[in-house]
Amino acid sequence: MAAEQAKVDPMKQFAIEPIAGTQGWELAGFNIAFTNSAMWMLVTVVVLFLFVLGGMKRELVPGRWQMMVETFTGFIDNMLEANIGKEGRKYVPYVFSLFMFILVANLLGLLPLGIVGIHPFTFTSHFTVTGVLSIISFSIVLLVGFWKHGLHFFSLFVPHGTPLPMVPVIAPIEFISFMVRPFSLALRLFVAMMAGHVLLKVLSSFVIDGTNAGLGFGALVGLPSFILMIGISALEILVAGIQAYVFALLTSLYINDAEHLH
Amino acid sequence: MPQIAQLAETWSSQVFWLLIFFGITFFVIGRGMVPKVMDTVAQRDSQISGDLAAAKAARDAADAEEEAWRVKENENRAAAQAIVAKAKDEAAAKSETRLKAAQTRLDKKLVDAETRIAEARTAALTEVESVAVEAAQDIVATLAGVKVTRPTAAKAVKEAMIHG
Repeated sequence: MAAEQAKVDPMKQFAIEPIAGTQGWELAGFNIAFTNSAMWMLVTVVVLFLFVLGGMKRELVPGRWQMMVETFTGFIDNMLEANIGKEGRKYVPYVFSLFMFILVANLLGLLPLGIVGIHPFTFTSHFTVTGVLSIISFSIVLLVGFWKHGLHFFSLFVPHGTPLPMVPVIAPIEFISFMVRPFSLALRLFVAMMAGHVLLKVLSSFVIDGTNAGLGFGALVGLPSFILMIGISALEILVAGIQAYVFALLTSLYINDAEHLH
Repeated sequence: MPQIAQLAETWSSQVFWLLIFFGITFFVIGRGMVPKVMDTVAQRDSQISGDLAAAKAARDAADAEEEAWRVKENENRAAAQAIVAKAKDEAAAKSETRLKAAQTRLDKKLVDAETRIAEARTAALTEVESVAVEAAQDIVATLAGVKVTRPTAAKAVKEAMIHG
């Protein structure tokens, strides 16, 4: 009986499986198996490349596609100009890459491709991945900060107008809040993506198990859960965009700190 | 939670492939393609602002031209009106002189005619007088058988004609 029951393990979607024949790949002693996670990174790059390629027609009067790509670049450009100012323009390539990479990854992970047997893998739900991205952002902040201001960059930890006796108290707090940034950046994206996907999987198990248990349970549990799933799927699409935006926005705010020291 | 359970065996592959693919995204798309897209936008913006400026300049030029045309038109109208007025005045003056000349001619004719009438009347009167003188001589000769000389008869006739 138990074998016949549909088993929905909400965590299985996050499992990393090397694609056949690549388990043994190594580089300098480290395993670099080409996994389903890497596969979806590749898909993300290809989709993003094709998307931006469609915007490269360089027509004076843009078509829909070109307009869409230009809307995204303009959006990032405006965000950087609003948060950093004129110097922000040189970070457009990085922040655009970051934003679009996360956005496309989030959206691809939501695609209902399981119906046709392809299982989407949301690599942004792995803190290994979000951690690397946030470390890159944080490194840029540190590099820009020390490059532009030298050791004066440490004055970031003493906000303007702090009374002198308060400095020994304020500075450690500021320092800790500064050092927490890469973790909060990485964990926010990872938690948001993972929570949404787990919730959808749990609800889908309610739908399947409830409906299998009989008509009464199906009407009482399965149907409301299914309706809730539709709503939460819409919400997840929103979250996919918001989390990508938040990641890019916070990165630009941190770069602003490095550029202008408060 | 596979993220933690599989961490030891998968982290290196995750990091490696992420760096590869995010690197491709950054260098090929971010640095290669995005600046071109933004270039196009900047080009279009400058084209639009240039076109707008050109259109504004053209409109201003058209306005100025219209103003100039209006001034010229007003001048032309004034000139035309002056010409018409002058022609009218000239025509009036000409007709007046001609009228005056015609009047003069008529007056002269009238005076001539009157003179002629007066002459004719005088001549007629003289004739009547001489006829009367002859008639008076004849009448006196017939009635009184007295031969009256012509001056006497003429004198008598004159007196009679004056007294009526």
